[in-house]
Amino acid sequence: MADIAPDTELSGVPQQESTRGIGGWWRSKTMKRFRRNPLALTGVVVVFSFVLVALFAPLITDLGRSCLRDLGLSAATQYDYRNPAKPAFWQAIFAAPGGCYNTPREGFSPVPRSAAESGTLLGTTSGGYDIFYGLIWGTRTAFRIGLLVVGISLLVGLIIGSISAYFGGWVDNILMRFTDVIIAVPALVLALVIVMVLGKSITNIMIAIAIVAWPNYARVLRGDILRVKEQDYVQSAKALGRRGFGVIFKHILPNAIGPMVVIASLDIGSIVLTAAALSFLGLGTDPGYADWGQMISFARDWILGPPGDPLRYWFVSFWPGLIIVIFVLGWNLLGDAFRDVLDPRSS
Amino acid sequence: MLTFVLRRLLFLPFVFFGVTLFIVLLMQLLSPYQRAAAFVQSEQQARNIPSIIEQYGLTDPWYMQYGRWVGELLQGNMGYSRTTSEPVLTTIRKRFPPTLELALFSILPIIGVGIWFGTTAALNRDKFIDQFTRVISIIGWSLPSFVLGIWLLVIFYGGLGWFQPGRVSTRFVIELAGGAGFERYTGMLTIDALLNGRLDVFWNAFMHLVLPVITLATVSSAQIMRVMRSSLLDVLSQDYVRTARAKGLEERAVNNKHARRNALIPVITLSGFVLIGLINGVVITETIFNYPGLGQWAAQAAVNLDYAAVLGFAVFTAIAVVFANLLVDVLYGIIDPRIRYD
Repeated sequence: MADIAPDTELSGVPQQESTRGIGGWWRSKTMKRFRRNPLALTGVVVVFSFVLVALFAPLITDLGRSCLRDLGLSAATQYDYRNPAKPAFWQAIFAAPGGCYNTPREGFSPVPRSAAESGTLLGTTSGGYDIFYGLIWGTRTAFRIGLLVVGISLLVGLIIGSISAYFGGWVDNILMRFTDVIIAVPALVLALVIVMVLGKSITNIMIAIAIVAWPNYARVLRGDILRVKEQDYVQSAKALGRRGFGVIFKHILPNAIGPMVVIASLDIGSIVLTAAALSFLGLGTDPGYADWGQMISFARDWILGPPGDPLRYWFVSFWPGLIIVIFVLGWNLLGDAFRDVLDPRSS
Repeated sequence: MLTFVLRRLLFLPFVFFGVTLFIVLLMQLLSPYQRAAAFVQSEQQARNIPSIIEQYGLTDPWYMQYGRWVGELLQGNMGYSRTTSEPVLTTIRKRFPPTLELALFSILPIIGVGIWFGTTAALNRDKFIDQFTRVISIIGWSLPSFVLGIWLLVIFYGGLGWFQPGRVSTRFVIELAGGAGFERYTGMLTIDALLNGRLDVFWNAFMHLVLPVITLATVSSAQIMRVMRSSLLDVLSQDYVRTARAKGLEERAVNNKHARRNALIPVITLSGFVLIGLINGVVITETIFNYPGLGQWAAQAAVNLDYAAVLGFAVFTAIAVVFANLLVDVLYGIIDPRIRYD
């Protein structure tokens, strides 16, 4: 985010004092306005808390058996992952093996059991999956989906957008009409088609969302590049004999990309939401994989409790729903504040 | 205006071409057996896939297959849906009215609540109603349909028992399916019930629509609320509004004639996105509420790997979106006389 300052001219934010570096950025008018906005700060706190939860998931939950096995821990050493002096601690945090994403089961009861009945913090779903564990490790899944999809679609959008803007003419025309087509189909529907054809899995959900998301970035970037392209310094670079991609990489992209990255990273919230929706519909992970969409999809079968106690299974829908809502709220607040700050008219 | 509409309609074959091409290329990842589903027309054919593969040359290069598939599509053969055990086109015809009904009922609160709250908030800037609207819209904006829908069901169906999922209560289903004395004019149950003079059926169908409509409308009306508020605030600070006040116009006339109309322009821009959001939302909402529309069918079909159905749905929505956007553009021209399409 520290990159915002150099391309102020492009994003339309009024020219700032030429103080560079973190200190100057922190004291800039833009950041001052941002810091004074309580909603924006709430957004920052919420998103940052989720980052912490994702990072320290192994310390928040008790690891399940398959996770311990994959970490190479035996019964004797099973608490090593809590000890910073042991390699297992670092492995669990930075390179958790696949087994850690398998939600441990407290028994195999076909009906959900409340916290008290199952001895877990938030209760278990049908099949005995621990809701608390699924949600905490699901945070990791959420960030992985968000970051990867944003990264991939940004990269594709960058390539297509710069090719389109730089060459113009029929290349531009064909590429932009192609983005028109993808944007014409509602994202969830297109993602539905792609996941169905590629097969149900979280990886394919990510691929599908990336395919749906890149055209937006490509178009925004194309517009930015076209604007930057007309600036004097690009013209002079051309006059000095620089051609083709040299100009794009050296002169145009660095000045067009900043706002783009900010906008894209704010999309993480909605990307996670789309992935959760697909997973909710049953196109996602295998049962038991720690993933919010799957956690809340368990609730579909447990709306109604037994006669006389209709709200008995409330925890199956409440906790996963709450986590998703808070997560989305955090990103929305953050995104809103940033768009405010980046909006040239609101100065 | 007419030339503009015609020009936009020319975009339609283009979208059709693009979407179908994209789908066919994607389908090349599948085996010929799976692709054959898009050509099957009946249960009987579905049992004899190899002959379909041969008949339609599904091992041919992709452009041949593309030509054939689009040819079939244009003749109205969209394949056979295993999920509903009938041709895709029949299912679309049957399930489109319920979905349209749901969407139409959702548009009312989206526009009404969104614009009313947005306007009131802007006119009472920083007063209680403004703060209230802002909080409500931020919360509403963050309630994804699959969470809100499930919560509403747990509370109002499970807990309170006020509403049921589905489209109509079971006691009416047989009567309505039998058709004795109940004419289906539009396929939209509430409207048909009124046309048949059956208030009991109308009320029942209406009650079944309440929760899905809330689920569908919440996010969109929150967005409209926000845009309406900020856009009206923007307009109210314009010179021409000050001029209108200066020449002694009543506050109400200033707001309604000068400010509100101009403030609606960004809202109309947003409504294109709202429509796309509605289609996305319909898939989720209908699934949660077990509402027999296009969305529920598509979601189920995707899980069942019912290729013909999902492809048919995708092509159908792409065309629907083009028409919806056309409508939005026409509305633009009506609201904002500065926009001329020539």
